[in-house]
Amino acid sequence: MKGYVHSRETFGTVDGPGIRYVLFLQGCPMRCKYCHNPDTWKTNTGEEVSADEIIREYKKNREFYKNGGITVTGGEPMLQLEFVTELFRLAKAENIHTCIDTSGVTFTPDNAEYLNKVDELLSFTDLIMLDIKHINPDIHKELTGRSNDNILHFAEYVSEKGIPLWIRHVVVPGITDDDRSLILLGEFIRKLKTLRALDVLPYHTLGISKYKKLGITYPLNGVRDANADDVKRAKERILEGVRNVQ
Amino acid sequence: MTNINNEYWEGFEGGTWKKEIHVRSFIKHNYTPYDGDEAFLASPTDNTVSLWSTALDLFKKEREAGGVLDMDTKIISTITSHAPGYLDKEKEKIVGFQTDKPLKRALMPYGGIRMAEKACRDNGYELDPGVKEFFETHRKTHNAGVFDAYTPEMRACRSSHIITGLPDAYGRGRIIGDYRRVALYGVDRLIEDKEAQKETTRSAMYSEIIRDREELSEQIRALSALKEMAQSYGFDISKPARNTKEAIQWLYFGYLAAVKEQNGAAMSLGRTSTFLDIYAERDLQRGVFTESEIQEMVDHFIMKLRMIKFARTPEYNALFSGDPQWVTESIGGVAVDGRHMVTKMSYRYLHTLTNLGPAPEPNLTVLWSTRLPMNFKRYCAKLSIETSSIQYENDDLMRFNHGDDYAIACCVSSMKVGKEMQFFGARANLAKCLLYAINGGVDEITGKQVGPKYRPITSEYLDYDEVFEKYDDMMKWLAGVYVNTLNIIHYMHDKYCYEKIQMALHDKKVTRWFATGIAGLSVVADSLSAIKYAKVRVIRDENGLAVDYEVEGDFPKYGNDDDRVDEIAYDIVHRFMEHIRKNHTYRNSIPTTSILTITSNVVYGKNTGSTPDGRKRGEAFAPGANPMHRRDTHGAVASLASVSKLPFRDAQDGISNTFSIIPGALGKNDQIFIGEPDIDCAAGGCISPTLFEGLDTDNAE
Repeated sequence: MKGYVHSRETFGTVDGPGIRYVLFLQGCPMRCKYCHNPDTWKTNTGEEVSADEIIREYKKNREFYKNGGITVTGGEPMLQLEFVTELFRLAKAENIHTCIDTSGVTFTPDNAEYLNKVDELLSFTDLIMLDIKHINPDIHKELTGRSNDNILHFAEYVSEKGIPLWIRHVVVPGITDDDRSLILLGEFIRKLKTLRALDVLPYHTLGISKYKKLGITYPLNGVRDANADDVKRAKERILEGVRNVQ
Repeated sequence: MTNINNEYWEGFEGGTWKKEIHVRSFIKHNYTPYDGDEAFLASPTDNTVSLWSTALDLFKKEREAGGVLDMDTKIISTITSHAPGYLDKEKEKIVGFQTDKPLKRALMPYGGIRMAEKACRDNGYELDPGVKEFFETHRKTHNAGVFDAYTPEMRACRSSHIITGLPDAYGRGRIIGDYRRVALYGVDRLIEDKEAQKETTRSAMYSEIIRDREELSEQIRALSALKEMAQSYGFDISKPARNTKEAIQWLYFGYLAAVKEQNGAAMSLGRTSTFLDIYAERDLQRGVFTESEIQEMVDHFIMKLRMIKFARTPEYNALFSGDPQWVTESIGGVAVDGRHMVTKMSYRYLHTLTNLGPAPEPNLTVLWSTRLPMNFKRYCAKLSIETSSIQYENDDLMRFNHGDDYAIACCVSSMKVGKEMQFFGARANLAKCLLYAINGGVDEITGKQVGPKYRPITSEYLDYDEVFEKYDDMMKWLAGVYVNTLNIIHYMHDKYCYEKIQMALHDKKVTRWFATGIAGLSVVADSLSAIKYAKVRVIRDENGLAVDYEVEGDFPKYGNDDDRVDEIAYDIVHRFMEHIRKNHTYRNSIPTTSILTITSNVVYGKNTGSTPDGRKRGEAFAPGANPMHRRDTHGAVASLASVSKLPFRDAQDGISNTFSIIPGALGKNDQIFIGEPDIDCAAGGCISPTLFEGLDTDNAE
């Protein structure tokens, strides 16, 4: 079966452990104000590539990926649930490490049929990197256009399934970095049994040129890049939350 | 002959090397592979700090003076032409400059008097009229010899830039003397050996025997001059070196003699670190020197190498993007017996990048193998991130042909030290050659008939089979002119600008590589791919000359691990090399080619019209075997995979890929892993081994 692919990065070093083949899938339901890949938003477009082809490309250069594997990201990769499932099924047959970098937004806990599908995907998944954009539901909605309910449920669901989790959080100065929310985020992630890592990322404005190209107004005009100090402080607050629970 | 049980060699094991000149045998029997990490390394001494600040001061003055601090305009540089020069005599552990002052550039007219004169003038100096007159009237130079023999076709190719950068007006370089021999044997033993070689030449005087005898005499004289030069610095190097300090000094004198005599396009050092480590190990064991003292000598030695300078013209600097010396030193690698060749001295050399700061020279080149020790790999990676100053080459590939005592000349040319040499041959512009195929040998910029008057392509859209057939014919023609041009160049260089001291540090029976080169490979591959997989419309000027192209549709581009185009690149290299091989090459040399326009790609692009891949007239080529800029869209692995498909056996002189990456894109080390005993936020989080060791480490509680 074929998926809609935006692009690939054959030397991915920041999206999971080791050197990874990173597949950017096309399409995302969120409209995060700080998104740096607005060109991946549109669904049902992009290059159509079969799971087979991806595995073949990967295997040609397997030597490079000894400590790595495949990461699917996007866009929102779980929007193409069946394709990713097929891809990961083939990957696991080849003993390739699999990772999904997701927002978790497509998760719908009350749909049994959907849950079956997710379970199947998770059975082929070695690592989930979940980006929690904001712990506060209202601010989350304002920031991304969607509530964070399902996202937090997804975190718990993955954790219950025993699948390792890395939590990511982007520090946008003045928007996602207030002390109280960060501490709450820490408290939340502390309860996730399979939590392995916390990855705090600085917001940057490198995506602005893409907005210009696409003719979209950049929503965060005037917000500065996060610096190393912002990131350090955010980490401290989140860990403070983590310790609160201990 | 040196007594094999002499005091200099006490404690050394072995072997053939005691009976004949054979440095590899000495290394093999005596070196100590080092598997540990960098913790043993010493910081710079006060002397080093003070000396280096004096040097930096001079570099600054040199820049302020417009690039050249001082220049000799009268004394013709020879091994013994100048009185000793010092930076700070009291503090220098290793001494010797090319002239009597640091950074003062020497006058070397044997390559070509016009180039020497221009180098003076362009830098604000005036060549002594006596010297000028002498070289114009009484003593011919390499350059004058070459132009006496060139054919009109060769001149046309040269001025239309289909063959560019030819060493016909400057020193060809790329020859590495085995400077280690000076330290291990002392100069007297080397002279004895050369005398014996001269005595045993054949007695029927064919021209090559006469040339051998004349060259051996030149070599012997150069060795005597080397001794005399060392003596002027207060050292008697007639006998072997006694300790690390002498070994470095003797070796450096050998190299210094070469750079006093030759202003070559690349004056590389060889593979010296593991050799010197044997002396360092002996001295450490005997308590002769401390680690700090040894590092100080290495720092001072490298400092000297950073101060090697030549008189050059702005055009030369444009071609090579700067004023490079290519003092390449090859480090590490694996021995044919399976042991890796990393020693503490490998670390000490690299550590100069920390002690003295990053620098492009000497060009520290790690011969990389999957079998290098992990500690060393980590250290190299760390230094690369900190300094961006290390070059890497594939030892696993080169060892197969050259064994374990080869070194790199310039950036990629591998040769067995003291046993193989190379005739440097610049490169042929294969992208322009494609345009000649389309235009029937007419240059697309000047409109002149440069190549053979084959039938041009007249169709509106380019047909792959037609273009390819014509291109193959044109490559065959180009290979012929190119090789024969080089035959003239190397004949004349041997005759008028012979590298006597460097060849004195070679065996008598030397394997000679006849190096050619290719420019514009990715332009050609993409152009042919565009013709094959998209539609390419030709735009012709009023004379019917194809001057531009319009590409309709998309096509596979080299650099994305796409076999459809990568196979075209492979085929071009293979075919061109086959055409090269069909020609006679000077002095029984073995033809090779390289794909390594690391810096001159800009100049080549400037002189080449628009190409069928959509590249516009004058736009730079990609360097070396690199994909064209921004056309590799699948990330580094795919890009490197395309490069790695090129046939090394056809491009044995080397394939280069210039790869830049910001350290941040090499991975992260600031993720916090839960379950660490003490999460230390101040340090930016814990650096967890999970990131590096693979996926099986479980860091959970």
